[in-house]
Amino acid sequence: MTLLGRFPALAGVDLDITPGEIVLLKGPNGAGKTTLLRLCAGLCSLSTGQGWVLGHDLNSERRMVRRRVALLGHRTGLYDDLTVTENVAFWARAAGADSTDVYEALERLSLTGRLADTRVGRLSAGQRRRASIASLVVRRPELWLLDEPHAGLDQQSRDTVDTLVRGAATAGATVVLATHELERIAVLEPRVVSVVGGVVRADDPTDSQGPDASSDAEDDRRVS
Amino acid sequence: MTTAATESTGIGDGIPATTSSKATKVLGWLTLAGFAVLVALAFAWVPEDTRITEQGDVVGQFDAVRLMFVHVPSAILAYTGFGLTFLASLAYLRWRTDWWDMMAHASAEIGVLFGGLTLVTGSIWGRPTWQTWWEWGDVRLVTTLVMVLVFIGYLAVRRIPADVAVKARRSAVIALVGAVNIVIVNRSVDWWENRTLHQQSTLIARKIRDETLFTLSFSFAVGMVLFAWLLLHRFRTAYLQSQIEELEVNEALAERRAEAGISESPGGRP
Amino acid sequence: MFRDAWLIVGKDLRIEMRSRVGLNQIVPFAVTVLVLFAFALDTDQEALRTYAPGLFWVTVLLAALLAIGRSFAVDLADGAADRLLLSGIDPIAVFGGKAVAIAVQLVVLEVLLGAGVVLLFDVTVHRYGLLVCAGLAAAAGVATAGTLYGALVAGLGVRETLLPVLLLPVVAPVLIGATRAFQDAFGVAGAEGWAWLGLLAGFAAIYGVFGALSYGALLEEA
Repeated sequence: MTLLGRFPALAGVDLDITPGEIVLLKGPNGAGKTTLLRLCAGLCSLSTGQGWVLGHDLNSERRMVRRRVALLGHRTGLYDDLTVTENVAFWARAAGADSTDVYEALERLSLTGRLADTRVGRLSAGQRRRASIASLVVRRPELWLLDEPHAGLDQQSRDTVDTLVRGAATAGATVVLATHELERIAVLEPRVVSVVGGVVRADDPTDSQGPDASSDAEDDRRVS
Repeated sequence: MTTAATESTGIGDGIPATTSSKATKVLGWLTLAGFAVLVALAFAWVPEDTRITEQGDVVGQFDAVRLMFVHVPSAILAYTGFGLTFLASLAYLRWRTDWWDMMAHASAEIGVLFGGLTLVTGSIWGRPTWQTWWEWGDVRLVTTLVMVLVFIGYLAVRRIPADVAVKARRSAVIALVGAVNIVIVNRSVDWWENRTLHQQSTLIARKIRDETLFTLSFSFAVGMVLFAWLLLHRFRTAYLQSQIEELEVNEALAERRAEAGISESPGGRP
Repeated sequence: MFRDAWLIVGKDLRIEMRSRVGLNQIVPFAVTVLVLFAFALDTDQEALRTYAPGLFWVTVLLAALLAIGRSFAVDLADGAADRLLLSGIDPIAVFGGKAVAIAVQLVVLEVLLGAGVVLLFDVTVHRYGLLVCAGLAAAAGVATAGTLYGALVAGLGVRETLLPVLLLPVVAPVLIGATRAFQDAFGVAGAEGWAWLGLLAGFAAIYGVFGALSYGALLEEA
């Protein structure tokens, strides 16, 4: 993976997602799932092709896309030297949310009591992931992009992730997630989309009523 | 003039196998011939630089004046190269085309080359003329040194393996900041030691001999032809490099698609 | 936008207060450099006093490289840089916030190092007003140029070695100006200190404007 910028992660994407849908990205490691999610978040550019997320053009209006989505990646996006509360409060204030949102989010992800005042650097992987999710919840995103949200977590944290996905979906948000925990997600009856070799194809095409998150990227020169 | 597709050998969809063309061959021979004439003029025709002062002392640069025919055009070419990098970077940020990016890269490399040559020849010239290899109080000397250092940093960024667009954008910003920086450095060094050893007005004050003036002008002309020749070749090398990368990307794309089990791209890449 | 900038300032400074990297590593490093200068100049008290302004500023610049690198390293450590992009905070606010946080750290460093110079190099201060103003203006200049170049090399993989190569030639005017101003303030040379202050302020202003304008483009796909 040292040849950054040389090889495309995505070779062809043709995808329409309806608002409120739960979409499961299925495929082997290195197939381009991470890149697809980053693309949808407006973090990387399309080398060719077109895409719209939440009605915004991925080529020209990425800044509009970014503030309305939440991307949970492999990295937590937190500062090790700040406490859980400080981290969540920072990202809440950055998104214009207030302190009641912070406490609500901490409560929802059971990060209360002593845990709330612990520096993130001292947390376990599962606790870190929950803190990371809390700092995304405060933004009230309309589109959740979850990249392997269950990976490396304990039982309690996995359940929390499932609750989050269910909660987001009931609240009307769209969820796109890539995970190997298929049976956990199966109960939510997601639409399954396969990503193989950088090519994205919907296994079960449904009629879309107005594209919500769609991208049509020819190739993207980034390594996932 | 600067598109390399003048000679196609049929390899790789019209990508030329060489960076030379009729035009560059002419430029190359012109440079060589011009340089030969310049050497002859500089050593045989131009007399050594001496003046007799009112007190009867013999002063001047003596034989060292002949180095001027390399030093002065080098300095001008270095500044031309950096100026071109600045303009090309500005144009890149405005239009975002690879053409301007490659132009900025090519001219920066030539600028650093001639900048280094300027410093070396200047040092050699300064030893007999100013009795020192280096003079910190001289504005042009210090400015040129800092400028060369800034653009060495610029070339270091260009050599990092990173996304082409990211690298191009960052390089362009570095070139712009670097150019602004030259002005600041120049002003601050000027204030720092408000004196300069450089003969500010050799040309204007008409202290220079006609033979020397002619040879100096001739050296500018040879320098410009050399610059054009180098720039064309360097630009074409950059272009070929980008074509290779393009081919590799396409190959990788094809592999990706084969992995996914489709033979044709859904969108159709050229 | 000012609210967002202050948010960044608060975050960066709080991280530094918590981690104490500045106090535990960068300040000791800077003091060590001062001591090395004393060794190099061979206990010649007169030479030390004469060159104290220049040595002081060279030390500040070297320590500043570490502080700037650190400021970007905390954002890159666990994906916070991406989050900043996604947060929708105006890039100008991010630039301003980071620059102010770095400048505050540099001022603290200057105060501590200044005490070190007075103690170790036997320097006496003649003009306090000039000293303070030049210290602040130079910190602002190094911080703005440093933030711009920190972002330029962020995410390029070899940023630790690239930052000095790119930044040091650029901050050369700060070294020249601040050294002259301090020579005046220390009374070791009759330079026109206040005129040099103008250069320092101008430098900070130019890089402040340039950084603010280009920061958005630099943060993209860092």
